[in-house]
Amino acid sequence: MAVLVIADHDNASLKDSTHKTVTAALALSSDVDILVAGSGAKAVAEAAGKIAGVRKVLLAESDALGQGLAEAVTAVVVPLMSGYDAVLTPATSQGKNFSPRIAAKLDVAQISEIVEVVDASTFVRPIYAGNALETVQSSDAKKVITVRATAFKAAGEGGSASVESTGAGDGAPKTKFVDQQLVKSARPELAGAKIVVSGGRAMGSAEEFQRVIDPLADKLGAAIGASRAAVDAGYAPNDYQVGQTGKVVAPELYVAIGISGAIQHLAGMKDSKIIVAINKDADAPIFQVADFGLVSDYKTAVPELMDALAAAGK
Amino acid sequence: MKVLVPVKRVIDYNVKARVKADQTGVDLANVKMSMNPFCEIAVEEAVRQKEKGVATEVVAVSIGPAQAQETLRTALAMGADRAILIQTDQDPEPLAVAKLLAAIIGEESPDVVIMGKQAIDGDNNATGQMLAALLDWPQATFANSVELSAGNAKVGREVDGGIQTIDVTLPAIITADLRLNEPRYASLPNILKAKKKPLDMKEAASLGVDTAPRLKVVKVTEPPKRGGGIKVENAADLVTNLKTAGVL
Repeated sequence: MAVLVIADHDNASLKDSTHKTVTAALALSSDVDILVAGSGAKAVAEAAGKIAGVRKVLLAESDALGQGLAEAVTAVVVPLMSGYDAVLTPATSQGKNFSPRIAAKLDVAQISEIVEVVDASTFVRPIYAGNALETVQSSDAKKVITVRATAFKAAGEGGSASVESTGAGDGAPKTKFVDQQLVKSARPELAGAKIVVSGGRAMGSAEEFQRVIDPLADKLGAAIGASRAAVDAGYAPNDYQVGQTGKVVAPELYVAIGISGAIQHLAGMKDSKIIVAINKDADAPIFQVADFGLVSDYKTAVPELMDALAAAGK
Repeated sequence: MKVLVPVKRVIDYNVKARVKADQTGVDLANVKMSMNPFCEIAVEEAVRQKEKGVATEVVAVSIGPAQAQETLRTALAMGADRAILIQTDQDPEPLAVAKLLAAIIGEESPDVVIMGKQAIDGDNNATGQMLAALLDWPQATFANSVELSAGNAKVGREVDGGIQTIDVTLPAIITADLRLNEPRYASLPNILKAKKKPLDMKEAASLGVDTAPRLKVVKVTEPPKRGGGIKVENAADLVTNLKTAGVL
């Protein structure tokens, strides 16, 4: 069987979630190809070819693909599927947008956000905000799968797959791209960061959130996250949200500051390797998942932590 | 402009789902059920479009057991004009739901479908996109702003790292993200009024759609529990522990 992985990228660079999805794909088959659908994305395709274990890279380019429009990506992938038994996509906002469209065009189910490959037709996926894990077996001839990238190790480098051009399809005739406003940041990206520092509603204002969280994140070289409560209150931008309805992260170190630990937040970070919670309420549910809990007001604890990190040479 | 809003009855979002001891699923007996939160946002958006004078009729549709009538009454109390229940005691997969909705859309011919991006039980985030594919309509998923006008919709979408704005030709599927709006609470007079609004019932089987499951649930288990952590005395103690754990 052959498997196609759809690369996650921004036309300039290949995202690590692609490497992780390749690992999931290699658990299905040793014949793994990568599709890079974009615009001016040759460098991305070349980077994809260097992932260990990849057979070849297909590059499809058009303006609509560069904008990531779901109809355009679907139009490229569906005809390619005559040569593949499965297509795997990282479950990013991009992948979640186009993958179910591909599945319906192929008249198959989508197996969403898998966290484990049991065998070539059996997969484990979280349901109910991660409060349960469902093992499902697919009877469809072709599998359309999105992959929760944080659940898989990244495939290494060292491959030398060739890049081939493939048809760009007929774009997205009924959708017009207007613009894209992305937040520019020198910090690591939240979804793939090794360390995440998150703030909650206890911050009380956007100014306080920045005053407390930003310097600590900078000191640790961390990405910044936030609870839904902090985002809803306007203390942090939308794309900071960690949780069931936001981003799912699994960094080496997750530092939750002034976050109580609602079910929906825990769903987004409980697979982190080490969880630190700083909260003045000793009964906050966040302490039930924390490896290290510090019961203290963040107003005193965070400056002390900054000092302790400095003393430790950070 | 006619707006169709599919809604789903799910476990209330404040209730923690518990896995059944026999690993066949999640225990929903005697558990509070409510309208899926993303569906509420979709209903609210449709009703606001009607209040703005853009939409003329809002039709709520649900696929589920007889109790889903309550979910539809909630939509009617929020301001939908009428409702349709496609009754089934099975729990159809997203593809089957999309096919049933496509059949209803064939009868109703709405100009736009506004629905939640995801149901909080299956967490698939797939039905809207699948419905768009089946109808060959454009899709604007994860909406955080919607401007409807004759023939098109301008939608701001929540994407990783920011907002993407696209313009789709109607008819189209729009799926609602969390921050599109804050749904209203239905007032008592509106709840009473909703009881008199029309609610049609149809059997899912009568729509002639293939709803056979494609996925077999082998088992449903509890996620692994995290080992008990420790409380540290102060920040210096915390840093020492983090160094020992190898994450600093």
